[in-house]
Amino acid sequence: MALFPDPFDTMSSLQQMLEQFRSSGWLGSSGVSGGGAYPPMNMFRKGDDYIIIAELPGVKKSDIDVQIKGRTIRVSGTKSVEFPEKTGVHRRERLAGRFDRAVTLPVEINPEGAKAECREGILALFLPRHEADKPRSIQVA
Amino acid sequence: MSGSQELAVRDKKELAGRDEKTVPGRYYVPYADIYETDAALCVVMEMPGVERKDVDVSLENDVLRVDGRIDFSKYAGMEPVYTEYNVGHYTRSFTLSGKIDQEGISAQLEDGVLTLMLPKAKEAQPRRIAVG
Repeated sequence: MALFPDPFDTMSSLQQMLEQFRSSGWLGSSGVSGGGAYPPMNMFRKGDDYIIIAELPGVKKSDIDVQIKGRTIRVSGTKSVEFPEKTGVHRRERLAGRFDRAVTLPVEINPEGAKAECREGILALFLPRHEADKPRSIQVA
Repeated sequence: MSGSQELAVRDKKELAGRDEKTVPGRYYVPYADIYETDAALCVVMEMPGVERKDVDVSLENDVLRVDGRIDFSKYAGMEPVYTEYNVGHYTRSFTLSGKIDQEGISAQLEDGVLTLMLPKAKEAQPRRIAVG
């Protein structure tokens, strides 16, 4: 019996779960918007609230615009890659450009309580579920 | 050279190792740009989610190796409902040709992008030779 949580367990079980939920049906057909599929997003549930995480390496907070309307979240901005002058480029793998993606969630979000945080190139959107949208328990007589 | 590389979704490059890791799990190869100026070799890698304290840069026998670890505890309590990418530690190695001034290597990590400046040793810097 493990007394201390095994850090390697956390990693491989999380990776397995992330693989399992790849393009799960949760988002319906609204996963990809007309603006394109970048950035790839992972969506999590924590209790009643939802969290969207996207990887945006090299993008500054000021270059990201997040908008919420009803059930739709829109993330747009610019990712730029710069080289100093007079350089010989040996290899170029990083991509750059504008991105504009909207996803429609199957749940209603409370825009007042929504928060967005961007650190280490990770954008995290904390989306609390709207009160009116929460399921209500019904007593079984 | 053609215009800038347009943003597109790419699957993360998974490490298909000759060396097997003892710890199970997926490791990824971070995308890198490598360029060279007169004074230095510069390697820029994208490792989103890696904090400064979790980056390891080492240079041994002309092999530059970069490891970036992800803190998985941040995901505690979160259940995935829809995912499009996986998350794992990053690792990449390059064999360097030419001489690098090892003392002068500097690294900076910002917004998940690691920039390594590898200054060329004095002998390796281009010199102008005057023609008499």
